[in-house]
Amino acid sequence: MHAITYESPKSLAQALSLLSATGEKGRLLAGGTDLLIQMRAGVRKPEQLIDAKSIPELQVLSFNSQDGLRVGAAVPCCRLIEDPAVRQHYPGLVEAAGLIGSVQIQSRCSLGGNLCNGSPAADTTPALIALGAVCHVASSKGTRTVAVEDFVVSPGRTVLQADELLVEFRIPAPKPHSADCYQRFIPRNEMDIAVVGVGAAVTLNGDTCTAARISLGAVAPTPLFAKEAGASLVGKPLNESTIAAAAALAQQIAVPITDMRGTAEYRKHMVGVLTRRVLTTAAERARAK
Amino acid sequence: MRTLQLRVNGEPVAREIPDNRLLVDFLRYDLGLTGTKEGCSVGVCGACTVLLDGQPVSSCIALAVMADGCEVTTIEGLAEDDRLHPLQRAFIEYGGFQCGICTPGQIMAAKALLDVNPHPSKEEIQGWMMGNLCRCTGYYKIIESIQAAAEGKGVS
Ligand code: FES
Ligand code: FES
Repeated sequence: MHAITYESPKSLAQALSLLSATGEKGRLLAGGTDLLIQMRAGVRKPEQLIDAKSIPELQVLSFNSQDGLRVGAAVPCCRLIEDPAVRQHYPGLVEAAGLIGSVQIQSRCSLGGNLCNGSPAADTTPALIALGAVCHVASSKGTRTVAVEDFVVSPGRTVLQADELLVEFRIPAPKPHSADCYQRFIPRNEMDIAVVGVGAAVTLNGDTCTAARISLGAVAPTPLFAKEAGASLVGKPLNESTIAAAAALAQQIAVPITDMRGTAEYRKHMVGVLTRRVLTTAAERARAK
Repeated sequence: MRTLQLRVNGEPVAREIPDNRLLVDFLRYDLGLTGTKEGCSVGVCGACTVLLDGQPVSSCIALAVMADGCEVTTIEGLAEDDRLHPLQRAFIEYGGFQCGICTPGQIMAAKALLDVNPHPSKEEIQGWMMGNLCRCTGYYKIIESIQAAAEGKGVS
């Protein structure tokens, strides 16, 4: 691996001043489970690594029923998965985080790293989009918010400027009778990258769907928010035919490629299959609440 | 360069290392702890598993500097004097390894499991051990070994 310098700032302010001094040459290191592989392969060559794990603001994990969930960008997935409030209120997010790699990876990887890596196939990104999560971004000049669906601009690239870092995610509090779900398809049982991943979150009032968000992974250069597909369910009961119609709308926005993991046609087909499955499961979970 | 200070298998260690030193290389080449193996180098096979403050991590995709101030446990740290760890004895007794290249990683991952869940079900073992590949055993014997160690069967 090329020569680097490693910094472990003890506060957000310190991290931001390091970042504004190094600019393009610096990069935040969360768990390193993607970045260090890319550095070993010579794909990314940051000169300075700034350890996100040492920044307390990036390690926040808190929930309350008014404001919802705050997840620091560097909170390890193993901590997220075990959190009782997250397990109770955001099962789809737990499903997505639990699908990343092995226990060895989960002890290091994070939602922030998964998103900032910019992969179209990141498992936790569709789960966050379905939940309407918002990214809080900071630089030494100030802060801004970005919806998760707007964060990745092309494979490996995000909206973050050289002097900015992702601090945390804010996820809205769950409404009564709402629930989420994430599923992906891989040819193996574990330890693989999604061929297709789909997330959904629904809210019910009696039998009627009052809100629905659907998101797709690995079928476009970036994770997608299938806005129309979700909107098509609002005001209707969630049954086989409304779910099939939403799945067809989700398929329309998928623009997958053919690669070793699957053909474009197959991926498009799987968008339909998984969208129906996650909507059905999310609806069952919402009804059970 | 920096001076790394940590504890490895209970012993304090201070070493001068470059910032880009991988944890697996630090353990194997700087400390001579070659029990930890490197297989895939991309975080997929589990051969390089060590415990960092008790958590299982892939040392091939961790920097040594990330372990600054931490406690690292490797396969060399399990036996007490001449007495093998129950997991080590179970792997011998129940045929949990053949060529042995994956075994230190298997045992460290299994130790992390038993530390948080002393009596895992077969399914829990399978789920937890999913990130530790083995080209020899077909896995049945590994799972049996871990179950035996958990039950304290024939490994006292
Ligand atoms: S060598 Fe580290 S996971 Fe394979
Ligand atoms: S014993 Fe040979 S790879 Fe597992």
